[in-house]
Amino acid sequence: MKEGATMLKQATLPSAISNIPLESVWSNLKSFFSGLFLPAVGLVVFLGLWSLVAKSVDTSLGKFPGPSAVYNQAIVLIDEHYVQVEKAEAFYERQEQRNAQRVAQDPSYVPKIREYTGAPTYFQQIWTSLYTVMVGFLAASVIAVPLGILCGLSQPVYSAMNPLIQLFKPVSPLAWLPLVTMVVSAVYVSQDPMFSKSFITSAVTVSLCCLWPTLINTAVGVSSIDKDLLNVSKVLRLSPMKHVIKIVMPSSIPMIFTGLRLSLGIGWMVLIAAEMLAQNPGLGKFVWDEFQNGSSESLARIMVAVLTIGLIGFILDRIMLLIQKRVSWDKQANLR
Amino acid sequence: MSSKHHLEITQVGIDFPTPKGPFTALQNVNLKIDEGEFVSLIGHSGCGKSTVLNIVAGLHQATTGGVILDNTEVNEPGPERAVVFQNHSLLPWLSVYKNVELAVKQTQKGRSKQEIREWVEHNLELVHMSHAIDKLPSEISGGMKQRVGIARALSMEPKVLLMDEPFGALDALTRAHLQDSVMEIHADLGNTVIMITHDVDEAVLLSDRIVMMTNGPSATIGEILDIDLPRPRNRLELADDPEYNHYRSAVLRFLYEKQRKVEAITKVSSPKTANKKTNAA
Repeated sequence: MKEGATMLKQATLPSAISNIPLESVWSNLKSFFSGLFLPAVGLVVFLGLWSLVAKSVDTSLGKFPGPSAVYNQAIVLIDEHYVQVEKAEAFYERQEQRNAQRVAQDPSYVPKIREYTGAPTYFQQIWTSLYTVMVGFLAASVIAVPLGILCGLSQPVYSAMNPLIQLFKPVSPLAWLPLVTMVVSAVYVSQDPMFSKSFITSAVTVSLCCLWPTLINTAVGVSSIDKDLLNVSKVLRLSPMKHVIKIVMPSSIPMIFTGLRLSLGIGWMVLIAAEMLAQNPGLGKFVWDEFQNGSSESLARIMVAVLTIGLIGFILDRIMLLIQKRVSWDKQANLR
Repeated sequence: MSSKHHLEITQVGIDFPTPKGPFTALQNVNLKIDEGEFVSLIGHSGCGKSTVLNIVAGLHQATTGGVILDNTEVNEPGPERAVVFQNHSLLPWLSVYKNVELAVKQTQKGRSKQEIREWVEHNLELVHMSHAIDKLPSEISGGMKQRVGIARALSMEPKVLLMDEPFGALDALTRAHLQDSVMEIHADLGNTVIMITHDVDEAVLLSDRIVMMTNGPSATIGEILDIDLPRPRNRLELADDPEYNHYRSAVLRFLYEKQRKVEAITKVSSPKTANKKTNAA
């Protein structure tokens, strides 16, 4: 009996040792499975369903584009970009030559440089959209963060602001847009405008919708600062300014960033709608123009824009997350 | 009116507003403390001993009476009454050094950069934390955090050091270690200290006087016990000292006979929930 027991022990021991590398292989496999394999499966299933459903949907502009049609149009859009860039370069080269000739004939001639006025390419439109959303988002943040801090610090200010916040927070950007358009047309009058009106209108509309998440989250973050830290500030007799800089801002940074990320996400969604209506030459206008254009490729081109918008939105959020991780003091926090 | 005493708490009482009307937490608290004295406040949870400390700190305003420190009335918080909080309350985004530096920069204006640096380092050395100067609070243990909290308070060169259950959240060994450090620092610097505690041994070991509080509402000072043990005190030698044990039992008798907390236990509940109840009370 006793001998048998020791035998058994001896028998199980080596297998226990050999189990260790096997287990790590298994855990590697598992992390690969959930990290790469499953997302890939999801993507393949999505593409399959998409092409299946697309084939059976007939529109007045032909069949709904499947993945391959969309891929082809993406290539076309990229090619068009390079063609335009070449054209522009050729245009400037010709212009330079002409100017040089005229200067040679008549030394008193001052050469004029004319801008290339070709249609914006897909990448230029993406850039316009990014630029517009950034301006709108930054303008909103510059207002919302200090206002949020004020609301968080002072109960009376919060009580005064709260009804307004609750009233304006749920308003759709499309309701603001006509008003913003009219106000911008009336107020922004200049001979040589630095920005186009459509840009200002889109950016302001984005701002109006970006304000609220940052404002609310900042106020909540500031009002929930650890009471002990506030007491430290009191014992040290920090001035109001120092109190905000040394205690309030750092301790509410996580909440401020939560608000900023929400705001940027909303701003990017709002921008597309705003550009459609304001005719700001970005992705929104691209979608609208293709819709109005109504060629057999339009739907595929719009689908390219849809995927681009999604991808950019995702990248913007990742960038914000990176910044948040950089500035956050709580390295243990599970940010995602 | 001048007085010989360093710190005078006179007829202090405080009412807290509640929906049912004002709640009197403290009443007729009178205490006179001399310079360099180490005074402990002990009492059951909820007896208002922290409130007394907060009034001296200026974080709470007394409804009646007042506090006078060196002939000046206390009515707002300030660095001359530095507080060591129970939960260390270090700024989590600043390193150990920067936490102390913030206090030094704020309270010792006019010092040169070099002097600030030396003073911060000196105070961290007092609490034996020189080795972790660049660590963040999240990277050091609870006992170490509390040491830094003490260094920060000391660096303000307070007239009175206020400690609100400074070792309450620590395990027994760490607590003993820190108590020794505090005794050492008190012997070196001779600060006036008011400490809130739950721990009878801690109170007897550290204090010159123990102020025992009655139960609330309307809590006040029940008894004051002078601890006439020679310093420096050694916890091992004192463990068998009859005088020490006499003081100890005097405090215990006050807490568990005279001011016994009567808990209404309606149901026979598991020991865990019963414990929670006493803690919450």
